[in-house]
Amino acid sequence: MITKGKTSALDERSRELRKTIVHTLNEAGRGHLGPAFSIVEIVRTLYDDVMRYRPNDPAWSGRDRFILSKGHGCVALYTILADKGFIPREKLEGLCKFDGMLGGHPESDIPGVEASTGSLGHGLSIGIGMALNARHKKYDCRVFVLMGDGECNEGSVWEAALSASKHKLANLVAMVDYNKSQAYGFSSEVLDLEPFADKWKSFGFAVTEVDGHDMAQLRAAVDKTSNDKPTCVICHTVKGKGTLLTENNMAWHHKNKISEEELRQVLEGLGG
Amino acid sequence: MRRTCLNSVYKLAKEDDRVFFIGSDLGVGTLDIFKQEMPDRFFMEGISEQHVIGMSSGLAMEGNIPYVNTIAVFLTRRCFEQICLDLCLHNVNVRLIGNGGGLVYAPLGPTHFATDDIAILRTLPNMTILAPADAKEMERLMRLTLDYDGPIYIRLAKGGDKIVTPDDRKYKIGKSVEVRDGRDALIITTGIGLQIALEAADELAGKGLDAGVLHIHTVKPLDVESIRDKLAEVPVAVTVEEGVVTGGLGSAVAEIIAEAGFEQVKKFRRIGIPDVFCEHFGSQALLLESFGITSENVARTTLELAGGK
Repeated sequence: MITKGKTSALDERSRELRKTIVHTLNEAGRGHLGPAFSIVEIVRTLYDDVMRYRPNDPAWSGRDRFILSKGHGCVALYTILADKGFIPREKLEGLCKFDGMLGGHPESDIPGVEASTGSLGHGLSIGIGMALNARHKKYDCRVFVLMGDGECNEGSVWEAALSASKHKLANLVAMVDYNKSQAYGFSSEVLDLEPFADKWKSFGFAVTEVDGHDMAQLRAAVDKTSNDKPTCVICHTVKGKGTLLTENNMAWHHKNKISEEELRQVLEGLGG
Repeated sequence: MRRTCLNSVYKLAKEDDRVFFIGSDLGVGTLDIFKQEMPDRFFMEGISEQHVIGMSSGLAMEGNIPYVNTIAVFLTRRCFEQICLDLCLHNVNVRLIGNGGGLVYAPLGPTHFATDDIAILRTLPNMTILAPADAKEMERLMRLTLDYDGPIYIRLAKGGDKIVTPDDRKYKIGKSVEVRDGRDALIITTGIGLQIALEAADELAGKGLDAGVLHIHTVKPLDVESIRDKLAEVPVAVTVEEGVVTGGLGSAVAEIIAEAGFEQVKKFRRIGIPDVFCEHFGSQALLLESFGITSENVARTTLELAGGK
């Protein structure tokens, strides 16, 4: 569905968000760039066009909840939270610093972060608890949980999937960043997930597959969801999406040091 | 004790709509009355303990107080990471009720023994660990779990355990109970170690040794101050627990003794399960006996330490 190197498909906002991400990681000296670049359009679509929230009142009970279960993509989330005013933009510069607000995985004391994640396979269950609460208290809100494809290796994800289906949680949207690769290599080789959509369907989810870098497709997938089933949106993405240097390049899953030349190439790939 | 505990959850739920009950795959009919009267706050989620902890965390983050119940060893050992991250890191008000703490499931073998539950949970920041000695104490403590900050693990004993806890004290989570005063030795216990310790103290009294008994229903946060103060008064101390001595109550007391700087060296022993897997079945009583977790052994050990025979 997605082919390598379609950088031209990204609009200016997507490129700018990625520039912020790479600058933030460069400042920190390390971090997960590939997983963050992979989810920019997903996170952007939710925060720009879909979810209701109040940056000045992050705990507003009527808000839609977003859990980044693949916590290692956090710099994309931090960038959006700064963009929307949940956190001061200058906090990005302190990423992973001793006294910094923002670490290498999101923590719930950061305004706008619902749950601390990092160890994989936790977010969907937490989201189910929130969705059950929303139904119980008759909140008109939804819970979005974004997982990685590698994360779906975890058995706890499928325990949670059974439960979401049992409870017919129509207010729950599970999204998977299906970039087809994990730390060691291609997910098809490490632990194949296919037939992935069929798995979610058989677990009782209404499943939609989209181009995870296409905002219109993403919006359509989460705008119209089932009335009696949880939704799963499988987002076909490219790890490191945005530049020829970083796309599908395992070396950029977690990057320890970005050289000046690499930074120049990434920024150039993003339009300078 | 289990019935008392679950009835307490029902009563708490009747008076406070923040209370939820979540089981895994409990015995048929468990808390039917709760399910009938408050179906929207009753969940039986299947044998998916890791998920159950995460789900309860999500409910608690929204201001609810879920009481989660399943077999203690699956709750604690299998879900250690979920307890650490989903509950303790977020410091949410989830209550974990573990059936069959220690060697209760004696016929079922080592897969079902919750012998390290206290030891492993004791390492988690924000965790509270309760191990009541009898149903009366369970009832008193359960009431206190409603308005208490942070996750709590509640260890259930076999049930039908002799009622020995005094009813003339003010019970508080985190506060030890001096059940018996004594000037020659101190026996420090948790859970059903209390019944064993009291019998041992009686036996010792018959032999002229005056042993006190300090009951620790809350292993974490530990009442360090009271334990240290009581230890200061005696030359001999013994801990008794139905759990591993590596990391359990005995270790906790050893840590206190090591750091207290007592002028007089304490003669000290930990009585509990040694660093081995249990290789026998039978009954809880037989297994306790095989590990020397008996009043006779507690009395004998205390007497030896005190220089008697």
